[in-house]
Amino acid sequence: MCRLAAVTSSEYVSPMEPVLALETMKEGHDGSGLGLTLKDLGGEFEKLKQYPILSGICSSKGMEVLEAYMKKVGFKLKHQWSPKVKPRRGIEAREFYFARAYEYPASYKHKSLAEKEDLLLETRLALRRMGEADQSIFVFSFYPDVITLKEVGDPLETAEFFGLDKDSLKAKVILAQGRQNTNYAIYLYACHPFFIQGYCTMTNGENTAFVPIREFLMSRGFPGYIGYNSDSEVFTHILHYTIRQLKFPLHYYKDVITPLKDTEIEQRRDREALRLIKQSLRPLCIDGPNMVIGFIPDGTCFMVQDSKKLRPGVVGGHKGKYGLMSEECGLDSLIPKRDRSKDIFPMKYDMVIVTPEAKEVKVWNQLQGQA
Amino acid sequence: MEPASRAGIGLRHNHSLTIKEFPYIIHWRDDRCKRCGSCTAVCPVQAIVPSVRVQRVVSSEGAAPSPIAKRRVVHVVEQVADMERYCTGCSVCALVCPNEAIMPEFNPQNKFLHYKNKGGDGYKRGGRRNDPSISTLDRIKFTRISMLTDPALDAGRHEFRVRTYLGRILPPEQLPLKVENGNTLMVDKSETFIPPVREIYPIMIGSMSVGALSPPMWEGLAMGVAYLNEVEKMPVVMCSGEGGMPPRLLRSRFLKYFVIQIASGYFGWDEIIHALPEMVEDPAAIEIKYGQGAKPGDGGLLMAQKVLKLIAGIRGVPMYVDLASPPTHQTKYSIEEAVAKMIQSMSMAWGFRVPVYPKISGTKTARAVLNNLARNPYAAALSIDGEDGGTGAAYNVSMDKMGHPIASNLRECYLDLVRQGKQNELPLIAAGGVGKKGNLAANAAALIMLGASAVSIGKYIMQAAADCLGDEYNRCNLCNTGKCPRGITTQDPKLYRRLDSAKIAERVVEVFKSADVELKKIFAPMGRSTELPIGMSDGLSIDDKAMADRLEISYAC
Repeated sequence: MCRLAAVTSSEYVSPMEPVLALETMKEGHDGSGLGLTLKDLGGEFEKLKQYPILSGICSSKGMEVLEAYMKKVGFKLKHQWSPKVKPRRGIEAREFYFARAYEYPASYKHKSLAEKEDLLLETRLALRRMGEADQSIFVFSFYPDVITLKEVGDPLETAEFFGLDKDSLKAKVILAQGRQNTNYAIYLYACHPFFIQGYCTMTNGENTAFVPIREFLMSRGFPGYIGYNSDSEVFTHILHYTIRQLKFPLHYYKDVITPLKDTEIEQRRDREALRLIKQSLRPLCIDGPNMVIGFIPDGTCFMVQDSKKLRPGVVGGHKGKYGLMSEECGLDSLIPKRDRSKDIFPMKYDMVIVTPEAKEVKVWNQLQGQA
Repeated sequence: MEPASRAGIGLRHNHSLTIKEFPYIIHWRDDRCKRCGSCTAVCPVQAIVPSVRVQRVVSSEGAAPSPIAKRRVVHVVEQVADMERYCTGCSVCALVCPNEAIMPEFNPQNKFLHYKNKGGDGYKRGGRRNDPSISTLDRIKFTRISMLTDPALDAGRHEFRVRTYLGRILPPEQLPLKVENGNTLMVDKSETFIPPVREIYPIMIGSMSVGALSPPMWEGLAMGVAYLNEVEKMPVVMCSGEGGMPPRLLRSRFLKYFVIQIASGYFGWDEIIHALPEMVEDPAAIEIKYGQGAKPGDGGLLMAQKVLKLIAGIRGVPMYVDLASPPTHQTKYSIEEAVAKMIQSMSMAWGFRVPVYPKISGTKTARAVLNNLARNPYAAALSIDGEDGGTGAAYNVSMDKMGHPIASNLRECYLDLVRQGKQNELPLIAAGGVGKKGNLAANAAALIMLGASAVSIGKYIMQAAADCLGDEYNRCNLCNTGKCPRGITTQDPKLYRRLDSAKIAERVVEVFKSADVELKKIFAPMGRSTELPIGMSDGLSIDDKAMADRLEISYAC
């Protein structure tokens, strides 16, 4: 089972904090990998917030292809960050790990965010296609103010391998996941967190409804709904589809993945809409066991459970800093000084929502349709 | 040279058939038979007759054995060697025999079909395809079992929602929703037509008409369906078949549990249209029959002897005339215009409150039909009836050789919808051989996981609820003659009074309740409970590589 550690804060925090939280949960994961997504970046990226950052790994041959392609599309390199790699036993270093901030092509300077997002997605997918067969290029995200790092190995050692303990790289929202997807082949594209156009999730569990969900998403005609090297990637895409494409408010994500029973729907004020959603989005219903942690473009973080089998999950902290964890020991590591009596263990009807800058945490109850 | 038989010099048996040509051979035991005559009286086809024979009989009377042999005339039961009165193997003779003295036995060497064409007409019968081999559906196994990586559900304790939708479902992108107060979705009714959608149980009772079925049989099914809905809260629906519905039922609140069928003969629709203003409930749906899996391209036929007063009244026809529905709807020239118009007309009759869908027989052209329906926003579903479906009357050649198996037909249609992103918009109803070997829940689950939203049963429910004697060895299959020995497919009161509609209703309820338990037993270990696992093809395997490739599921052996 994956172990998950997320932090959302009003101050910039080091990615080592959630990684050390993962370390406390070590008994529960097999130490086979680390995935990190950082949003709202500090350090050297603090002043580069409007520039899209391409995160990935490539070989020297892949780097040539990548640079040529980015040039051809019209992206200009603005800033580059690479981890200061320290060799660690058991971690096979690849040639280039990078997070590169680009200026948009001149023709896109005045275009809308949605158009820019589409260009960024197209570019990432093109690079993925170019480097996937020979594994010369891996690209995990291409979006403003977001960096993603992934590698195979023990999470703490991998973080040290990346030199994150010494680096100034910081962020206000960090999602960290401590395992490669061991139900499938170990492969970088199968590692959480998954990211698409500002939406990001990581999942604890297994998705028994994976195939119908994947088929439904892939048939939506949206180019970004590909990959699915892990069954958990669909959770990110369902979030993106629900919020960005269908323009539903965030808490309807819960109504989509775990629809209420008809008798329960009757209690909700928006019952007519819920009935239609339940019918039209029937293939996106999950059957668990799953706990999903994620963020959306405005920096809101959330935790949500499936309706039946419930994987562990806890949210706690104080105003200005909250942790969203798969185990409480992780929360103790991240925020030891907190009122533990206020820790939240979401149950089947709950969606825990932490507002941007960790100002407020609220539990939205699906039965009542309100927080 | 003149044949010997014509010259009157013997060999008169040479053009007669031996009993070995017949599909069933009667085994009658002289020593057990008490000559009560029950078997010969009950035989629906008079394949056995009481007869006399001169025989050498040895008997002994008195205290000491003193055998005496005499030639005597004895009473026997004989099987007739007449193809018009062939033994159908129904075994009603055995059922009524008090001494277990008689039993027909299947004869695999029979040459029945070589001879069953007297007068130049092909063999007609009821039932389903005579193929006792294991069907594709029965070869499918459920192999994705939740083991350690995710916990299985408990079929006995967890909540399951075994329900599906009948009706056109709007794509999410077209839902008429607007955000209120920044956080609540409300329906904007002025924007889009929201098609009617029914939540139903995923196993439906398929179209069998009043007329094809006897009054107690139809009534028993209907009572069972009503009980399942009202008492068990299982929203099982049943299709009327072509031939209308009892007038009181049309005007009752129970109408909502019925799908009314309109077929090419439009039988019963005069009564239905007249009842429209007096209906207190809408029907569950309207099914437009374009084809039937058992006899693709053939119309319906209700023979004159079954058109009694009640049937004639419901159908709006004179008594005792053959009621043939044409193979096609005579007014339909192309699917683009005519079928679309018919769907719209039927929708309009009920104010667009009732789902309207067509039913076709399994065919290679199903995808063409499907694609037309996918573009028609009023089409509520597509029902595809595969070659193993049953019928009350058809030519044997149609039943045995025409049609398409349901598994691959359904699967290719579903995958076609997936390619268009419409797999959740147009529900597919699969039929034809569901429960052929008794595995109702397993067959239904297999079809659902191949992509069906619901399945439809006919022959199975007749066998399970009313002890229909028919099987795939051509047993009985007399539905077309009106001589059904169980009283299921007859209008002869002497025969149908053998049936007790309350017992049938009770069995219908038992069948659905047990299928529900078994469906949960299939879905629970696969970790599915909240929604029906439609298209969850990764859960399926089959032991044949070619079949696996065709169905796009895995091969397991």
